[in-house]
Amino acid sequence: MSSGTLYDKVWDLHRVKELPGGSTQLFVGLHLIHEVTSPQAFSAIHEKNLGVKFPNLTIATVDHIVPTSNQQRPFNDPLAEEMLTTLEKNCESHGIKFHGIGSTSQGVVHVMAPELGLTQPGMTVACGDSHTSTHGAFGAIAFGIGTSQVRDVLASQSLAMKKLKVRRIWVDGALQKGVYAKDLILHIIRHLGVKGGVGFAYEFAGPAIEKLSMEGRMTICNMAIEGGARCGYINPDETTYKYLKGKEYSPKNQGWDNAIKWWKSLASDSEAKFDDEIRLNGSSIEPTVTWGITPGQGISIKEKIPNPELLPHNEQQIARDACKYMDLEPEKPIEGTSIDVCFIGSCTNGRLSDLQEASKIVRGHKVATGIRAFVVPGSQKVAKEAKQKGIDKIFLKAGFEWREPGCSMCLAMNPDKLEGRQISASSSNRNFKGRQGSASGRTLLMSPAMVAAAAINGKVTDVRKLLQE
Amino acid sequence: MKQEFPKGEIKSIKGRSFSIKGDDIDTDRIIPARFLKCVSFSALGEQVFADDRKELKGNHPFDLENNKGANILIVNDNFGCGSSREHAPQALMRWGIRLLVGESFAEIFFGNCLALGIPCLTASKKEIIKIQKLVDENPKQIWSFKLDELSISNQKETIKLNLEEGAYKMLYSGKWDATSQLLDEEERIKKIFKNLPYLNNFK
Repeated sequence: MSSGTLYDKVWDLHRVKELPGGSTQLFVGLHLIHEVTSPQAFSAIHEKNLGVKFPNLTIATVDHIVPTSNQQRPFNDPLAEEMLTTLEKNCESHGIKFHGIGSTSQGVVHVMAPELGLTQPGMTVACGDSHTSTHGAFGAIAFGIGTSQVRDVLASQSLAMKKLKVRRIWVDGALQKGVYAKDLILHIIRHLGVKGGVGFAYEFAGPAIEKLSMEGRMTICNMAIEGGARCGYINPDETTYKYLKGKEYSPKNQGWDNAIKWWKSLASDSEAKFDDEIRLNGSSIEPTVTWGITPGQGISIKEKIPNPELLPHNEQQIARDACKYMDLEPEKPIEGTSIDVCFIGSCTNGRLSDLQEASKIVRGHKVATGIRAFVVPGSQKVAKEAKQKGIDKIFLKAGFEWREPGCSMCLAMNPDKLEGRQISASSSNRNFKGRQGSASGRTLLMSPAMVAAAAINGKVTDVRKLLQE
Repeated sequence: MKQEFPKGEIKSIKGRSFSIKGDDIDTDRIIPARFLKCVSFSALGEQVFADDRKELKGNHPFDLENNKGANILIVNDNFGCGSSREHAPQALMRWGIRLLVGESFAEIFFGNCLALGIPCLTASKKEIIKIQKLVDENPKQIWSFKLDELSISNQKETIKLNLEEGAYKMLYSGKWDATSQLLDEEERIKKIFKNLPYLNNFK
């Protein structure tokens, strides 16, 4: 059993009670809500005549259903409009702060909350969204919950949860030029599998992790869930403090000095015990692309699409399904695979540095003929800062569309969708069948810079070739 | 006839069963994202596995005449991975599923099912394939699940199943709906609130 890890310390600080069933009642320090998974939770507390216990500890935004081309109200889609108005009403009647359409802080919940300084080390963060693991980048214990648990958190500021085991994933070395946090996490999921993390929290540590920016760290923790780990985190350090300093909700003055002392005390001890430990070399990782229908089906840009018959027995069937669905030929290189659509955005890779890195590839080039390419900033703040730096112009000049913030084609709950058998190069997090809005649509996951390279060449490209030019 | 939603103690479940085969079946497949555009779960039962069903034009297990009215679903490895959407177990429940038996389940999905009073039990790959074969051979047979014995039986064969102790106790006692238990601890919750540095300006 783990001890002395950040996970253990934060867990203990928030433990209300051991419940008779063997799970723990855990206090939730920050509860984030959005329009998709909250309406039924509010209905449930209304039915039971319960209030919201600590309205100040719940923060709302709207992200999944927002159109990215025209955000005029009412939305063209009446169902989307109904979801938004329901959230507005629920927030208003319960005194919950709502960062809605028109607010300068609206955005994808896992982008906007960190940039406001809402997410801080040592917190428990819950949200009805599996990518809540993102917030672990700050040394918080953050996890996705279902709607019944959203109801429980609204009503009691706590939920019933089983303590996870802790696996430390230690990454030595440093990522090479043209290799990004996205490549690292796709590489990790490839090797540990999409269910390797079930029952675990992942602690990401080691020199290659420490060198990552906060935005890179968020990309890593964001996709912990794609490896089956409900929660992923990174110990807070100077990079974390520097990011948080001066943010709207960050502690100020004397509080700031005290906060740093407390945050430092939460990091995993040097003699902490882990339930499992894994070591990887970050220096040898290459740009990584998925070829299949799970985020674990990734290969380096230099590799060939695997032959399902040569894979370990338990991976064969899903690999056969993947080859059939993706219509990709085994033993052919992934590099050079033609694509139709390029999407840069999402809670995984819709932050400023993601757009910046992609724009470096795009600058001075044109999107290949016949390719539809678009950029969806993760939040209003990302959009604003990108515009201040002229990043929007670089994309527009190259032939990309520049959109308003939202989840967009990561899961296609708004009008941004693949059509028919289209295949996308996407900076998002899931390549499941039908994920991007067409029941037969296909997705290749990769870093935003790799998506940019794919847009320019019209096919999967090793971004390092464009970096050399 | 529509079954009632789970209520109280869940000690036994009886009914016909069928399989959804394949590993890593994600919640996007169980309920595609476009059906999440709703403020109530009520219509989800008809939309379960919508895209897979459309593709198979009436030959999907959720459309086969033999499977109508069945309430036990047999699945393979890592079922329910991906998105945390409770819409997925809600869709299964509203279609009529009351019990899942599989090789393994994704964590959030397992918890979401438990919160609705739907047990997810596991058995080895070999055992699951055996059950799936038996079910395929005779979709009409009645299976009987007993929580206290942790087993499922078709009268001729009894297969042992696994369930973690916490979930077992919650289902056995009927306390799988956590809200009222959580509300009991108001004083302790207030105490934690007052002691957490980040909620008290780091004083």
